Amino acid sequence: MNSTIYALIIIAVMAALTYGARLFPYLLFGRGGKVPPIITYLGNVLPPAVMILLIVYCLRNVVFTVYPHGIPEFLAIAVAAILYKITKNNLLAIVSGTVLYMVFIQLIFV
Amino acid sequence: MRHAIAKSFPITIPVLLGYIPLGIAFGLMMENAGWNIFWALLSSVAILTGTGQFIEVSFITLGTALYEVILITIILNSRMMFYGLSFLDRYKEIGPRKWYLIFSLTDETYALLTAVKPPEGVKEKDFLLAVSALDHSYWIIGTVIGVTAGSLLKIDTTGVDYVMTILFVVLAMDQWKAYASHEPVLIGLVSSVLSLVIFGPDNFMIPALILITVLLIVRRSKIEPKVATAESTSMDSGSEAGMTIGADPVIPCPDTESIMVTSDE
Repeated sequence: MNSTIYALIIIAVMAALTYGARLFPYLLFGRGGKVPPIITYLGNVLPPAVMILLIVYCLRNVVFTVYPHGIPEFLAIAVAAILYKITKNNLLAIVSGTVLYMVFIQLIFV
Repeated sequence: MRHAIAKSFPITIPVLLGYIPLGIAFGLMMENAGWNIFWALLSSVAILTGTGQFIEVSFITLGTALYEVILITIILNSRMMFYGLSFLDRYKEIGPRKWYLIFSLTDETYALLTAVKPPEGVKEKDFLLAVSALDHSYWIIGTVIGVTAGSLLKIDTTGVDYVMTILFVVLAMDQWKAYASHEPVLIGLVSSVLSLVIFGPDNFMIPALILITVLLIVRRSKIEPKVATAESTSMDSGSEAGMTIGADPVIPCPDTESIMVTSDE
């Protein structure tokens, strides 16, 4: 098979499957009928738990036993959290934390 | 709608800061592998998933067998099946735009939409569309820059993807305040760390999500009464933040990509 056509097929398959995963709950529960209460409950309480999961996911490759022991990651998070707590300005906190992290890993903990 | 986009834009700036560099990295990889702007653009418009698209580059370059493409894509995206649960009710009355909102729900968009409330004077359904479309457009813009001019950029962006991690932290702080029960947060923490220790960094997401779901169901009788009574009051408690941050989230996580960004440089 021509490799251009095969690439198109791969992209189409990936697009369809990715949309399929996102569509899945609506296919199961979204058709007019009533959503079971337990699903509504899960929809309400999953976000804060998933947020923590995403944070852990982002930090999953941090190794505490070797230098720099996760210090850049956790120091940047701590500074951002404290800044946000004090200033209530989330953009300031997010940008400061990120710039600090970039400085840490590019210039300090190299 | 223009008003909704202008008002929602500040909320999406952290995602902009993350998606543009990641999009550039993806565009660069496509270009390096010999695929032009058509292919890069097609991927970012039609697939829209961080990790998946980085793997896609090797799929289409190597001509990977379809069954393998299917298997890996399903595994990578299975967490998305859980995200939609938080929008079943919200998407009921908003018309056909819901098909686009469902399509464009990345990890980051999920995080924003579940944790942030619409700004004053913006309709909920316009807010949902504005945030989703803005985030999607950042990914596309980054891709185009990467595939056309990426090799000319000489800035060291190593670490910029950490913006997503800190965004999640800030959104988690908002949710801590907005939710009357902190048990979902603790369940999320215990399940994630336990899964990470048992299954390792490459395979822990799905076991963690299953464990979270099971524990949330087991503890339902304790959590639900608190959350239900607090729903109305949480509206006010979140609004003292600089931007209105509410209670629903969506995201593609950047870690694997960041590794590739680094190796590109």
